[in-house]
This record gives sequence, structure tokens and C-alpha cells, in this order.
Amino acid sequence: MMRLEYTDAQIGFRREIREWLAGHVPKEPLQSFDTERGFQQHREWEATLNSGKWSMVTWPTELGGRGSDLIEWLIFEEEYWAAGAPLRVNQNGVFLLGPTLMDYGSDGQKSRFLPRMAAGQDIWAQGWSEPGAGSDMAAIRCTAIREDDHYVINGQKIWSTRAVWADWLFGLFRSDPQSQRHHGLTFVLVPLNAPGITVRPIRQLNGLPGFGEIFFDNVRVPVENRLGQEGAGWHVAMATAGFERGLMLRSPARFQQTAKKLVQLYLRNRAAADRDPSVRDAVLRAWMDAEAYALATYRTASRLLKGAKIGAEASTNKIFWSELDLSMHETAMRILGARAELLPQAPQAGDAGDWIEGFLFSQAGSIYAGTNEIQRNIIAERMHNMPR
Amino acid sequence: MDFTFSQEQRELYEALCRFFMTEATPELARELWDTETGRSPGIWQAMAEQGLTAVSVPEQLGGMGLGDLEWGLLSHSVGYYGVADPITDTAFLAVGLLNALGSDSALSETWLPRVAKGSARVAVGHPENPLVADAHVAALMLLCANDEIHAVAPDDVKLTANPSLDPSRRLFHVDWHPTPRTLLASGSRAQALCADLLDRGALACAGQQLGLAARILDLSVDYAAERKQFGKPIGSFQAVKHLIADVSVKYKFARPTLFRAAYAMARRDPQRSVYVSQAKLAAGEAARLAARNGIQVHGAMGYTWEVDLQIFAKRAWALDGVWGDGGFHKSRVAEFVLRESAPIGPGYTFTPSP
Repeated sequence: MMRLEYTDAQIGFRREIREWLAGHVPKEPLQSFDTERGFQQHREWEATLNSGKWSMVTWPTELGGRGSDLIEWLIFEEEYWAAGAPLRVNQNGVFLLGPTLMDYGSDGQKSRFLPRMAAGQDIWAQGWSEPGAGSDMAAIRCTAIREDDHYVINGQKIWSTRAVWADWLFGLFRSDPQSQRHHGLTFVLVPLNAPGITVRPIRQLNGLPGFGEIFFDNVRVPVENRLGQEGAGWHVAMATAGFERGLMLRSPARFQQTAKKLVQLYLRNRAAADRDPSVRDAVLRAWMDAEAYALATYRTASRLLKGAKIGAEASTNKIFWSELDLSMHETAMRILGARAELLPQAPQAGDAGDWIEGFLFSQAGSIYAGTNEIQRNIIAERMHNMPR
Repeated sequence: MDFTFSQEQRELYEALCRFFMTEATPELARELWDTETGRSPGIWQAMAEQGLTAVSVPEQLGGMGLGDLEWGLLSHSVGYYGVADPITDTAFLAVGLLNALGSDSALSETWLPRVAKGSARVAVGHPENPLVADAHVAALMLLCANDEIHAVAPDDVKLTANPSLDPSRRLFHVDWHPTPRTLLASGSRAQALCADLLDRGALACAGQQLGLAARILDLSVDYAAERKQFGKPIGSFQAVKHLIADVSVKYKFARPTLFRAAYAMARRDPQRSVYVSQAKLAAGEAARLAARNGIQVHGAMGYTWEVDLQIFAKRAWALDGVWGDGGFHKSRVAEFVLRESAPIGPGYTFTPSP
């Protein structure tokens, strides 16, 4: 029965998180978590969040969460973004590995990894892409060969976000060297301080070392760090990718906040902006699309609560939010005109603020978590059963 | 918070889809293009027997007593099957207006049971639409003009047909004169009723446009699987897949805006008009892209009279500008969003605002 109003409990939950954030969100913005100092600040913020039991609201209470359902999660995200709270340095852990561990992990793995993840003690990086395996992830060649009670890892991973300062990495490795494509892959959790690992920073478009390139030279990892069965890694990884594209990686609140800021930027600069009549339309579209994304997410969450599953339609989300983010930041740059190129610290930048940082990051959105071209193939082939 | 339809609502929708699948076929649509009225009394009667004309009529007058929320879903089905009759004009818009007039007017008690039974069609006119659909088969016309609403009998009007690019649509310029005898409401009351009529018209249109987008998508997917070039179905080519995927994405994110608008109408949400405009804009965009990409996928066949795609593409184009064109609806959104204290941003998706 449709009911687009919050329950008293949901309203109370919103009030609680709002009050907590008002008392705890740092007054000064943290440095970028792609700097050493900023990474540390963000790690401390994760611990602060955890002290209020707000670091992972959807996790079960016995694992340090609040057992919140997806509607409460959406409320949490709305308040979090509205409060201007810091980005989540451990989002790979919280939103991707966390749910995967709960589905596929042993009890021992859950108690070993989840509480430390919740407290920001372990920050996680992802290990999917390789120099020869980007969109074609099944072309993975990095090996993890079983020797008694260890896997011995050799090879290379690349484009691993935040790997430079992260503590752990989860990813896919080829455990059967004779295997092809998505067979013979195993999902392994690797401590980044293990002997034989070298992480080389890669500077991103903004000049900061946001990526790591990881070299494995006879890295020994105990068998209990395997998630799921040996050779079943592809299956486990697909579940992780599903969480990422599906719902939790990019909550609508993030884009609603950007849309709101874009409206405010437009209103402050309206006279100049309206000299290009298409700007006003782009601003309106930003609000409408951010709302549409929020509505679609509430609808998906409601359906999931009633037992539905997210399938290939998760790919539609990824295309929608990444293109929305691109277009909102592009519109902001158009409003800023000649000031758009100025970095925030430029004396004449005025209200340009961090739009340029967001603009650069928006360029990555249509690439990471599976390029939008791959998503379009998935939509055509799996939602609409088009021939391969 | 629950953004799903009830079991009963889904069953009502599915029953209607099954009915239209067998009764509102493309073959019938083509047959009717060549008839004088373009309408079949038989299909109207069948729709009434299916209960469609009684959906919004109060139970004590022989109806089901349902409303805006259900029409959000049902109008999708009307669009998907390209139903030739402007069934939502009578069964949703006219009935909604008659319901709102209620006991103020003996009209409701006279006409609502007739509509429910299927023995009368009621046409509606609103200043946003220069023409009135199906005035030629209407037993009654409810016309809004100059902040007044009038009930006008067919004998008191002169009709001039205006052919549409969609051969199923029958549009008329209605020449009529308001008299005290025809007056139903005036002043602010009439303004409020006309505003509701427009919102319902736009909602019904948005639902149909989304249904049309879904149908064109399905037809295009089917065609791409059948048609072979270079020894393979054209649907195996990535360029063709991406045309389909783009429509699929537009459709998926327009759908919930329709359902939210329908819910807001049903609850008399103070922001309902903004939500309706958002839905009409989103649905229009999805339908236009579906038509464009659908024709592209069909190749030269898409540019023929023979292929059924035209039934749905032309309806999509025709409905895009009625019940408020893009400029009308975007202005309403702009009025809401582009002001200093607009209640927008995270947490403001559902009203009342937190």
C-alpha cells in the first residue's frame, strides 16, 4: 500500500542523526583524503562516526550497526549530505566489502574484519583492474596459487582507489593458472603491509595520488583470507559489483545536495548566467533528475524490503547518476564562466568554491564501477534479452 | 514510507493489460482510422464492462470509488496499448470534475452513473488545449473558459474537425456560447477546479507517454532480434544496443515521478502541481527518445505506414504538447525551484518537509 510519508519512528531517526551530526561534523572541512594528512583526518572521522554508532547504520547491531532498513539508510544519507559531513574514506569497506562479507563470509571472518572496518581501523581498497583487465574483468591474470594453507600471489593490480594509504585490499585473483575467463578466480582479502607488496602512487587528474598500482611478488596470504569457495570468486565479485552499482555506492542525497548548490550558484549569478538561455534549463533539469534518482531509489528500496531483488537494472542507476553528476558540474562551470578555471585558493575565485574539484571528479564517474558503455550492454543484454 | 502499489492495484492494472492486449489491437486501430467517427461503440462498451469507465465513479453511483493513484498506473496501460479512445478524458478527467462538483450540481448524479455504465462519453475542454478531443461522440461537454466551467450539450455547439498527425485522434474546435443555464462554477472555485482538471489531464498524459515509451521499447527490442544484417541480428551490435539502453534508462527514471505525482494528487499534496509537471516533462522526454531511437532501430521500416511503430510514435508526439506543453510545465517547476528559500535538497523529496 503506497504511503509516501515517514513513520514516527523514521522521523525520530532523522531527528536523532541530525542532532548528532550538528554536534560532531568538523567545523573546518577536512583535507582531501588523497593526501596523507587528509587520509588520517578521515580515518579519525570514521572512528568518531563509529563512536556514535553511525558508521554503518545498515549493519546488524551485533556487528556494530543499527540494523537499519534501506529507508532509514536513505534518511541517514540525506542528513549526512545536508550536514556537509566528510566523504567516507572507507566506502569500499562499508558499502561493498561489508555486505559481501555478510553474505559470503564465515562467522570468523565477520568478527575478524567487520568491527575493525566499522571503527575505521582497517581502510579497504579494491583490487579488480589490471593493466590487461579493465572493462574486460574476466581477463584477470594476477595469480593466487594455493600452497598448503596459503595463497601465493604474483602479478599486478591497478587503478586501486585510496590504495596508497589503505590497510587492506579485496579483489579477484586467478587461483587456477590453466583456467579461462571467469572460471578459476578466487576472491581474496590481502593486507597491504604483507611482505612482497609494492604500492606505486598514480597521480589523478587533480594532481593527488588517488590511485595505487600494486605489485605482488610472492605475497603469502593465509587460506582463511579467502571469501567464498576457491574458484567461485567471480560469483562473489558480481555480488559486490551489484551493491556498488545498485544502491549503496551513490545515494541520491549526494546529487540532491549538488543540485541544491547548483540552484544557489545560479541564483547568485543569475543575471550573467541568463545571457545563455540554456543554463536555466540545465539547472532545472539538475533538480528534476536528482529528484527522479531519489524517487527511483526510494522505490527500489521499498521493493527490496518486500523481497524483490536488484538485478541488471542496477546498471541503469550507474548511468543515471554518473551522467547527472557530469551535467551538473558542467553547468556550474558554465555559470562560473571565466572564473571556472580558478582553483579554490585563487584570490579572485569568489564563490567558485570546490566546483572545479567536483567537476574533475565527475569525469571519472562514467568510468569507474564499470564504464557506462559496459552498463549499456548489460541493460540491453540482461534487462531486454538482446542477442550477444 | 512505502513506494509500492498494493496487490489489488497491481491486479487491476494487470487485468486491464490483458483486456487491452486482446481488444485494443493495432489491427483494430488501423480499421478505425478509415471510419467516419474513428470510434467503435463495441470497444467502449467492452471497456465499461471491464470497469474502466467506473474506476473513479463513487461506489454509491455504481463505480469503484478509486482515484488519482490508480490512474497513474492505468493510464500507463492505456498508452502501452495505444488505445484509440481518449478514455482518460471521460473516465478520469470528466469524472474527477463531476465528483468535485458533487452535490452542488444535479449533473453529477445524472451523468456519473451513465459514464460508469458506458452509455455516455464526456469530453473536456481546457484553455491550455486549443481543441477538444472526441467532441463528436460526446453526450456532454465540460468546458473551462475565462474562470468559468460550463456543461454544454452537443446540440448547443458547432464542431470543426482538425485532423491530427495521429490518425486515431479526433480533435475539434468547439464553437459555443456560455449562458447562465450552462454555468457550473465560476470565480475562484472554477479556477481551482480547472487547475485540478489540468493536473489530472497532465498526469493522464504522462502515464500514457510512459506506456508508449515502454511499448516502443518492446517493439524495437523485438525488431532488433528478428532483423539480420551482416549475418547477425542487428540487436547484437553495440550501437543498436545502446540506442535501446538509453531509452530504458530514461523510462526507468521517469516512472517513479509519475507515481509520486499520482500519489500527491490523491493526497491533495500542496506541491502536487510541481510533481505533475515534473512527471509530464520526464515522461515526454522518455516518449520522445523512445520514438526517435525506435525509428532508428527499425531503419527504413520505421519510416513506413505499414509498421505498427507509427501508431505509438505518433501518439507520443501528439500527447507531448497537450495538457500543458513543455514551456508551461517547465515554468511551473522553475517557479518552485528557482527562489531563495525553495524547499529543495536532501530530505525534501517527500512533503511535508522535515
